Amino acid sequence: MAITRDEVLETALLARLELAPEEIPALQADLAAILGYVATLAALDTAGVEPTTHAVPLDCPLRDDVTAPHLAHDEALRAAPAADEGCFVVPAIIGGDAPEGER
Amino acid sequence: MSDPTTVGAAELRERIARRELSSVEATRAYLDRIARRDGRLHAFLHVDEEGALARAAAIDAALARGEAPGPLAGVPVALKDIFVTRGIPTTCGSRILAGWVPPYDGTAATRLRAAGAVLLGKLNMDEFAMGSSNENSAFGPTRNPWDLQRVPGGSSGGSAAAVAASLCALALGTDTGGSIRQPASLCGVVGIKPTYGRVSRYGVIAFASSLDQVGPLGRGVADCALALEVIAGHDPRDATSLPAPVPRYRDAAGRGVRGLRVGVPTEYFGAGLDPEVAAAVTAAIESLRAAGAAVVSVSLPHTEYAIAAYYLICTAEASSNLARYDGVRYGLRVERPTLQGTYRATRAAGFGPEVKRRIMLGTYALRAGYYDEYYRKAQCVRTLVREDFRRAFERCDLLATPTSPLPAFRLGEKVADPLAMYLCDAYTTSCNLAGLPGMSLPCGFTAAGLPVGLQLLGRPLEEETIFRAAFAYEAAAPGSARRPPDPDALTGAAGAAGTAGAAPAATAAEPT
Repeated sequence: MAITRDEVLETALLARLELAPEEIPALQADLAAILGYVATLAALDTAGVEPTTHAVPLDCPLRDDVTAPHLAHDEALRAAPAADEGCFVVPAIIGGDAPEGER
Repeated sequence: MSDPTTVGAAELRERIARRELSSVEATRAYLDRIARRDGRLHAFLHVDEEGALARAAAIDAALARGEAPGPLAGVPVALKDIFVTRGIPTTCGSRILAGWVPPYDGTAATRLRAAGAVLLGKLNMDEFAMGSSNENSAFGPTRNPWDLQRVPGGSSGGSAAAVAASLCALALGTDTGGSIRQPASLCGVVGIKPTYGRVSRYGVIAFASSLDQVGPLGRGVADCALALEVIAGHDPRDATSLPAPVPRYRDAAGRGVRGLRVGVPTEYFGAGLDPEVAAAVTAAIESLRAAGAAVVSVSLPHTEYAIAAYYLICTAEASSNLARYDGVRYGLRVERPTLQGTYRATRAAGFGPEVKRRIMLGTYALRAGYYDEYYRKAQCVRTLVREDFRRAFERCDLLATPTSPLPAFRLGEKVADPLAMYLCDAYTTSCNLAGLPGMSLPCGFTAAGLPVGLQLLGRPLEEETIFRAAFAYEAAAPGSARRPPDPDALTGAAGAAGTAGAAPAATAAEPT
């Protein structure tokens, strides 16, 4: 099964991965080989078979609604690459020169 | 007593509880062993010497005051680096988390600490638990204690190697498609993946949420039974954890296998199975028969589709779970002028090749227009795999199979071909797809001295039956588990050549 260079690039954009030029042909080949292998599933008739999303049956559980201590604000922020005034800091997503979709 | 590192967790706990030796003595002995030997093996990513000794001293003080010893009182344990540990670096084998010091403990760490365990440190693994050889660790591979030129298996390769080389009395790992059982098999230790939901996943870094499960690796069956009693059970912090009572698994010892029906699935003994592995596993099944079990042949006809279904499901779920590594709240950030650019550059720099490959595959399979063809199809096949097991378990109480088609392979042998690496999981992924409990236990060696593992699979929540058979097998075949030689005796290629062809009988095991 062939995977085009554009498909790799589109998928990388969806996956929020920047690819180095040399990674692209390697991923093209690897994805083609793996998808070729998983295509064996197509031979199996699964009409009328219900998908399994959860292997062990379990009713949707609800826990008791009680208050409990949670992680302190400063502890939650301690590992942040950048934080200020109790918030995580990220590059601006409004305004700036970046094209739409790249912000 | 002489060297405290020569006994497993269950026996060590009894000796500490009887105050024949202190936890500090046991902990020091393990720390010394790690210092002397782990340079060659690279099983540990982080050793918390100070914390371990302080904890051991506190346990000793509590015992001296007459406090009742916990079920793991004073026992030095180590955790796969996928378990979140407060104040102790947790990387999941990835650069994207290098240097991260978590602000909380996961349930596994909490329960181990409450049971009195001493945490020695964190163990090497394939990055984000994606791999079957530990070669995908961002911090360099772990080596197999039986032959330093070979892999320990993965992804809990550090856990299996550390237990095999007696660098800890007990370890925890996780198993998404075989990641406890396959390295246990390749390193000659016992490892159990419990029923999906049996052990809480709170504070376990997620790979594929519908498959991931936590379990222990130990030198003997009793060590794993004890550890599972401690970590199993419902946890309100994990919505998938099962509200079922936890038996005392150690009570399964000595019950024997008379009356137990052991199913042997024909599909697990076909092409691709190494003949020496087949011979050892067949002999182990014969030993169960000799001990009184009834052996029946069964069929799991969808076995050949399991790997394909597994790799679609696990990569799809991983692509979603790993979206959280975005350089915003913790871990690595590679700053760019835009937020999207920052995400993409951070992930490009932080993830290794196999993780990127799986994120790409999962993202591709979940794309609009492909969902039915890939992810939903794989989930339907998952239903067929579960049905296979349900039918087989009408005729037997337990399944016995090889754990891995091959003994430990050489470093570098399969890294260039991801698909060849995936096929190492031929006998382990079905168990995860069906949510069943499964164990690997040592059942002998190849002529080159590499361990072989017997896999026992049970019905959901019937870990007890697995333990019953495992205890019986272990008692019937006491030579099946040995300690590997001192890594200093295995110097490079000479070490590998030295073991080739010569069965390392008890004489090759290190003096105790």
